[in-house]
Amino acid sequence: MSGILVFAEQREGKLNRVTYEAVVAGQRLAAGLGLPLSVVLLGSGVDSIAQELATKKADAVYLVNNQHLERYTPDGFSLAMRQVIEQLQPQYVLLAHTYLVRDFAPKLATSLGKALVADCVGYKLEGKVLTLVRQIFQGKINADVSIHDSAPILVSFQAGAFRGDDAEAGSAEVKNLSVQLSADQIRLQPQELFREAKQSVDLTQSKIIVSVGRGIKEKDNIAIVEKLAAALDADIGASRPICDSGWLPMERQIGSSGQTVAPKLYLAVGISGAIQHVVGMKNASTIVAINKDANAPIFDIADLGVVGDLFEVVPALVDEIEKAKAEG
Amino acid sequence: MKIIVCVKQVPSRDAILRINESGTWIQDRDIAYDVNEPDAYAVEEALQIKEKLVEQGGSAEVIICSLGPDRVQMAIKEGLAKGADRAIHICDPAFDNLDALAQARVMAEVIGKEGFDLIFTGLQSDDYGFAQTGVILGELLGVPSATIAMAVELHDGNKSVRVKRELEAGWFQWYQMPTPASISIQSGLNQPRYATLKGIMNAKKKEIRKVTLADLSISKDLLAPKQTVEKVYFPVKSKKTEIIEGSAKEAAAKLVTKLKQMRAF
Repeated sequence: MSGILVFAEQREGKLNRVTYEAVVAGQRLAAGLGLPLSVVLLGSGVDSIAQELATKKADAVYLVNNQHLERYTPDGFSLAMRQVIEQLQPQYVLLAHTYLVRDFAPKLATSLGKALVADCVGYKLEGKVLTLVRQIFQGKINADVSIHDSAPILVSFQAGAFRGDDAEAGSAEVKNLSVQLSADQIRLQPQELFREAKQSVDLTQSKIIVSVGRGIKEKDNIAIVEKLAAALDADIGASRPICDSGWLPMERQIGSSGQTVAPKLYLAVGISGAIQHVVGMKNASTIVAINKDANAPIFDIADLGVVGDLFEVVPALVDEIEKAKAEG
Repeated sequence: MKIIVCVKQVPSRDAILRINESGTWIQDRDIAYDVNEPDAYAVEEALQIKEKLVEQGGSAEVIICSLGPDRVQMAIKEGLAKGADRAIHICDPAFDNLDALAQARVMAEVIGKEGFDLIFTGLQSDDYGFAQTGVILGELLGVPSATIAMAVELHDGNKSVRVKRELEAGWFQWYQMPTPASISIQSGLNQPRYATLKGIMNAKKKEIRKVTLADLSISKDLLAPKQTVEKVYFPVKSKKTEIIEGSAKEAAAKLVTKLKQMRAF
């Protein structure tokens, strides 16, 4: 086909919606490069998901049904995708940079002797030359990355790099594709999915969240932010490093591995704004950021920002809030 | 049980980064470096596994493996001071600026020759953030891999390993696989220890074996980058952020006035 192939992700028979973001990337790149677009779905008994994918504009949706793909394993998915790529000969393979893709795509690329340009946030097309945009240094800096390799080029895009709703509707033909897999090729035995004990803190319903990040420096300093939360009658949230360090319980964590929140007001205190955090709070109505680094990526998504030392700004803020409340 | 822990040294998370004159990378001369934070969790996990095995009357060796210029010795010594047994420092100008695949090719050759039961890597690096090394090492060395590990347990007399993988949105899943294996460790699965003074003193006696290109039978062609950073720049802000100026007190007052106007609280 020598076109663009988009990897569609399902787990336990459910489509991961972030797939549509990769479809959007595929549709745009296909238009820009004048190449055909296909989508591939791996699994067992996932025909209905293939039909769902076929409602988007693409030349074909390839459905790979195989009993060894019922449960995700990096071995099974990598071996199957390798055979798919050998059969379809795509020029580009696009994937959403999810936890599942991170687990098998580097393996797939290596087995093909190819580069995986991972976690891209966008692309630039000059003529037919593709440059990919990646974030480096935890989102503080962007890098334009050029590729020096023959097809297929594997590219994964960060969640939010494209809007899944922008996927153009159409009707693609669903085609079956078979791969050869045997049980002994799959070295990992997956067990049931589970959640940890039910979380007692539900931040998804919070109206105001004061969230604290690494800038707080020490556990004892958390009290400073707790005062701010009390003044605003807000709930306390945190970025991952704070919970990793045990300064606040895991159930306070906001981001890709924690809760996804959308309060009216979100105050990010000493949070740099790594993507893992941002995906969990970017839908807040008003975002206020307090950070000493003017280049911190949190200022990219904040409505209001104070560049300064949180140890000075936060206590001042508490005073002003108390004053404002007293005035009514 | 031989556990290789791959450690990378990266600019410290607090470092204020500036872009070099040619716009091709950061100004990396005068900045502080640290052990890549996710790698510190990988080191800790290896040390805890070793301690558990020793407690049960077994034994284990923890080997730090780091690729980079001379300055990465600091990161290596930190691992040794915490309790790792010895280290391998892969150091050669030919290994500067390799991409993820080429870097892993070099490391795979060294680790393959050394021999191993487990390879631990941090989840991803703070600098390039490829998040690929552990998985590529597994593929190149022909062993299974698992990523985003929140727990690692040895079973069947160390012949298999169970890994609790973090999935998205609060879900987890255990995977069991035979050893040897390569595992990428998620941050937060343990509490990394600090090096003690005694540990720091002991570390001075521990072996750091240097490996250069000449020690390897890897062809330079195989290391040619497949992806290259052409240009770096600060991201263009997609949202117009109103930066509130003034002293802490002034900024706080202005911010509260604005939030009140917006009926935000």
